[in-house]
Amino acid sequence: MIIGAPPAPEDRDRGGPGTPLLDVRGLTKHFGGKGGLFGKAKSGVVRAVDGIDFSVAKGETLGIVGESGCGKSTTARLVMQIIRPDAGDILFDGEAVGSQALSLGDFRRQAQMVFQDSYASLNPRLTVEETVAFGPRVQGAKPAAALAKAHDLLHRVGLEPRRFAGRYPHEISGGQRQRVNIARALSLDPRLLILDEAVSALDKSVEAQVLNLLLDLKRDFGLTYMFITHDLNVVRFMSDRIMVMYLGKVAEFGPSEPIFEKPGHPYTAALLSSMPSMDPDHRTQEAPLTGDPPNPIDPPSGCRFHPRCKMVSTLCSQAEPRLSTMGEDHLAACHLADPQSGHPRLAAA
Amino acid sequence: MLLYALKRLVYVLPVAFGVSIVCFLLVHLAPGDPLTAIMPIDATAEQQAQMRAAYGFDKPLPVQYGIWLFKVLQGDLGASIASGRPVASEVGRAVGNSLILASLATLIGFGFGTFFGFVAGYFRGSPLDRLASVVSILGVSVPHYWLGMVMVIVFSALLGWLPSTGAGPGGSTAWRFDWEHLQYIILPAVTMSAIPMGIIARTVRALVADILSQDFVQALRAKGMGEWPVFKHVVRNAAPTALAVMGLQLGYLLGGSILIETVFAWPGTGFLLNTAIFQRDLPLLQGTILVLALFFVALNLIVDVLQSSLDPRIQRG
Amino acid sequence: MAAVDLSAVAIPPAERSEGYWASVLRRLRRDPVAMAALAIILLIVLAAILAPYIAPADPFRGSMARRLRAVGTPGYPLGSDELGRDMLTRLMYGGRLSLFMGVTPVILAFIAGSGVGIFAAYVGGWVNTVVMRVIDVFFAFPSVLLAIALSGALGAGILNSIVSLTVVFVPQIARIAEAVTTQTRNRDFVEAARISGAGPLTIVRVHILGNVLGPIFVYATSLISVSMILSSGLSFLGLGVKPPEPEWGLMLNTLRTAIYNQPLVAALPGVMIFITSISFNLFSDGLRGAMEVRQ
Repeated sequence: MIIGAPPAPEDRDRGGPGTPLLDVRGLTKHFGGKGGLFGKAKSGVVRAVDGIDFSVAKGETLGIVGESGCGKSTTARLVMQIIRPDAGDILFDGEAVGSQALSLGDFRRQAQMVFQDSYASLNPRLTVEETVAFGPRVQGAKPAAALAKAHDLLHRVGLEPRRFAGRYPHEISGGQRQRVNIARALSLDPRLLILDEAVSALDKSVEAQVLNLLLDLKRDFGLTYMFITHDLNVVRFMSDRIMVMYLGKVAEFGPSEPIFEKPGHPYTAALLSSMPSMDPDHRTQEAPLTGDPPNPIDPPSGCRFHPRCKMVSTLCSQAEPRLSTMGEDHLAACHLADPQSGHPRLAAA
Repeated sequence: MLLYALKRLVYVLPVAFGVSIVCFLLVHLAPGDPLTAIMPIDATAEQQAQMRAAYGFDKPLPVQYGIWLFKVLQGDLGASIASGRPVASEVGRAVGNSLILASLATLIGFGFGTFFGFVAGYFRGSPLDRLASVVSILGVSVPHYWLGMVMVIVFSALLGWLPSTGAGPGGSTAWRFDWEHLQYIILPAVTMSAIPMGIIARTVRALVADILSQDFVQALRAKGMGEWPVFKHVVRNAAPTALAVMGLQLGYLLGGSILIETVFAWPGTGFLLNTAIFQRDLPLLQGTILVLALFFVALNLIVDVLQSSLDPRIQRG
Repeated sequence: MAAVDLSAVAIPPAERSEGYWASVLRRLRRDPVAMAALAIILLIVLAAILAPYIAPADPFRGSMARRLRAVGTPGYPLGSDELGRDMLTRLMYGGRLSLFMGVTPVILAFIAGSGVGIFAAYVGGWVNTVVMRVIDVFFAFPSVLLAIALSGALGAGILNSIVSLTVVFVPQIARIAEAVTTQTRNRDFVEAARISGAGPLTIVRVHILGNVLGPIFVYATSLISVSMILSSGLSFLGLGVKPPEPEWGLMLNTLRTAIYNQPLVAALPGVMIFITSISFNLFSDGLRGAMEVRQ
């Protein structure tokens, strides 16, 4: 009996290897802003995601980092269409999600998500196997086939079906629950897996096991990851490319190594310097980031990072920096990265 | 504070409007129309039509509602079909009597309920706590009209200590606060207090136990603080919620007193409702229910605002 | 490459955990108070059902010569009523209508109220707002008042009494159902189900109902006690059952004239209402306790 084989990659790779699996342009979501009672008490608009562009190439892992409230989780939910974007296009393998060529249902079969809270994302009334078999059942699989697939996937994520299939979520550990969530996400044979802080709530030792499992699964199933976290060590371990977000905007985007070696945005530099490193050569002299991010209801003018930036000039509070090229495929939204910006420190250099 | 009161008022107005619609429609739930019950059996079709026109029952429903609401807003609840007297004055007198009874019952229930609840919460798990739990579950489970009968049997029929029914030696009109009259209110008030007693005891027990288990109370005790400051702290923190529950109970008792008022022939709104129902006097029924429901809505509003002024943390969006 | 030969792992005899309801039942069985309450309820229900076979006398045939006998009179173990009918027989028969009229409104309201509440919460938005505002209007009436107002307007009768009480309880159950459904539908597992491509009906059936019906059910059982008191109260007022049908509330009313002659007999129907009501309350408390231990 041979089951659990996803369609061969070449059948589904419609756009070819050159087309990004996910291409996001101008993605925007503002929360609130509807009038209060009689439109008087107008509540502020939260600019959770404010016009961001990025792409994820086939087979790569894109890491998304930033402090809490920077919009990274909202970005994940927008991509999955759990919440509707106010504006922006989402192209999956070259086709717009929700279009004739790619319905929302088709898209969701190919993109799945693992949530941060392993307990809240499992229905407490369903056993582990029922949870994993739910997706295939919804997609029309026969009960026995769905169950067999669930057992196969549980086996693949390291949970022996004989012991775990009949358990309820409250009976297993956090790491085991997150493995169930991963199996559930894989049950629809997705091509893109969005991991929203999927390991953040786990103990360090368990986290490492789950990260290794994710790397194995990526290789075995030919997956593409969008990996969201606030932990820089983890993102470095996992990602090919990294997107740094700050208050709903992209601060920096590029391949992993250049960003860690030579960050183009003072915010990225500050994040890196606040990160504990085992290697003395990598310890920077810069002061770590202080204070909390400003309120996204009323973001600072110009560059949103300027109130916390050490390199700030008057320009920064007046003009919003554009994404400028730092190196190959490496972009930073900082006036210092833009030779034409007129930032006083550029002249000094 | 004032702003919050206004906000709640704005929220309450549509509810009051809905209440008026329900009360209006109540009359039209009845089989036939409100006049069927009092129409002479030998009335001709023409006479029937005339009478309908006189009461306005020949117009379409929304129009009838509009006319009715317009009158209600001016304090005109129509005339009783049975007695011909204005409903507003009948209800007014009855509300006064009911309010006296319900207030006394609430006070008794609140006094004993708070006492039992406090003792139970303070000595959690002790026999006293279990006793208080039993009292509170008896209070909410007892059919109060039956409890009324038992009271009459014991204190009136067997012991002969108190009068069984009525509102005083002079009948229903001349209520005064002297012993001659007060002895008539004791049995109905004690009977009626059973329900709020159970509910308040339950609430206070939970509140006290919760406050005592808070970390800083434990810390105060550990630092050798005497029981008196701890007690004061508990009272101060439990009071807003307990008072709010009491206020709401007053509203429930006022609206739910019909059964007890019937048992004791107390001349309040419950008694009036009973009469209205059995004489099929629908304008009287409608007017009484409207007044009671609006009173309940207003009481809710007042309790809500008072509670938030005692404890600003408790504000509903 | 990802294909796996499942013959090695396919459908092994997996260890099964105890399901949620099985564990609730197990805990409930260990609660002596709840089990005692349940035993009393079953006893009363059984006596009512079997009344035609086990009752000592005819519930309608009395004798004016033998009216208002005391408790313990030979041939009348619980005395006789104002028309000389055997009290024990009438109390057993009385349970039929009293239980039926007390429990039916709660069952009907459980179905209708859950439906309304779950629908409103799942759809959300302005539909939810409208439904909840209408429910607020019903909450503006104390329940006793609303029940009496409705039966008063509809007129006396068994059906009207059931309808009135159902209308009283639907908003209360709907409000609870709305609250727990809103809480549940915002949890991540509902999102996860949605992105698996499940439609609204499947999500409600598989993921919502299993998590909300329990709490709603417990709330509904706590209403049975109130419903018993209210429905007997309506009959007590003459708004429910009509004589000569045996029903506890009505019996209590007609025996009011006897409180000076046979106080004990006169109080008996109320004792039955009290015992039933308190048993349902205790059972409901036990059920809540058994269900709250863990999610």
